[in-house]
Amino acid sequence: MEIVFLAFILMLSIFLGFELINKVPATLHTPLMSGSNAISGITLVGALTSAGAEHTQLATILGTLAVAMATINVIGGYMVTDRMLAMFKKKQGDAK
Amino acid sequence: MGIELLVNLTYVAAAVLFIFGLKMLGSPATARKGNLVSAIGMFLAVVVTLLDQSIIDYKWIGLGIVLGGVVGAVVARSVAMTSMPEMVALFNGTGGIASLLVGWAALYGFDPNSFQMVTIVLSILIGGVTFTGSLIAYGKLSERMPGRPLVFGGQRIFNILLILGIVVSATLFVVNPDTIAYLYIVVALSLLLGVMLVIPIGGADMPVVISLLNSYSGLAACAAGLAINNIILIVAGALVGASGIILTQIMCKAMNRSLSNVLFSGFSAVASGG
Repeated sequence: MEIVFLAFILMLSIFLGFELINKVPATLHTPLMSGSNAISGITLVGALTSAGAEHTQLATILGTLAVAMATINVIGGYMVTDRMLAMFKKKQGDAK
Repeated sequence: MGIELLVNLTYVAAAVLFIFGLKMLGSPATARKGNLVSAIGMFLAVVVTLLDQSIIDYKWIGLGIVLGGVVGAVVARSVAMTSMPEMVALFNGTGGIASLLVGWAALYGFDPNSFQMVTIVLSILIGGVTFTGSLIAYGKLSERMPGRPLVFGGQRIFNILLILGIVVSATLFVVNPDTIAYLYIVVALSLLLGVMLVIPIGGADMPVVISLLNSYSGLAACAAGLAINNIILIVAGALVGASGIILTQIMCKAMNRSLSNVLFSGFSAVASGG
């Protein structure tokens, strides 16, 4: 039953992902890519439990590395996206 | 039970924020706010996860977060505006390797059943491909390596053998989880596959490749979520995986090309060039 439940969630999320993105103007392609890349840093949540659960020493090392790497993805991803979008807005303002 | 319920309800809220954030990122007027909305979702998901009862020791988590946070923030602030796309490639690579590591660590947390073994191997495989593929894309965009397509004789046959090797070693590992050597082979071959997939593509096509790799890193997170039974990883990963594929297609269309045309352009250029 559990696997069926997970498969349902998976299927609905994939369809939602397909539907969310349409008619994006070309200028937003890179920021959108960057913004959704930051979301994929969600793997940080999984890394936190591996790093903190003290299963084995190897798991703690792998988990700590994963936390560091995923945090780079999350913090860097959101900040870079924000910088891109800030520039985008300023440019539009200048044009007016 | 109370804490577990709180954690999972917060994950639902985070998923809603990610969905709204992605939607808002797609239109110029709301894009910046959309990024903030999605960042709030991420913050909530991370903070509530720290309440998880299986976490005993916080010092390694703290070390990882401080290290990663400082590196990410410094790099994101200092990078020149013109080199944003390659920065995205690097960040995407770190997300990919993180999913690989989460999948790997999951082997030691509990006794994985065969379904979880398959998802662990998938997260290692997709995460590894994302990591090295993103590094090559970064190298090509930043001109640290030649941007032209790198092709050599027998490359297709080599790639087919490589994929066969991955399928065989991955299957062997799922069937014999105790033979850790198979795991190392899967890790090594996935890292090699990431390199092989991106080197035959020209530097000018890298933005499309990064978008595709972004989709992969979502799928890797999703596979890791299935491995460790974490709903927010599954939902957010699948959202990024699916929306990343659509964005990749939109980017190809904007250049009047098809995705397969981009991915195999190096091979056809060599074939038509004699």
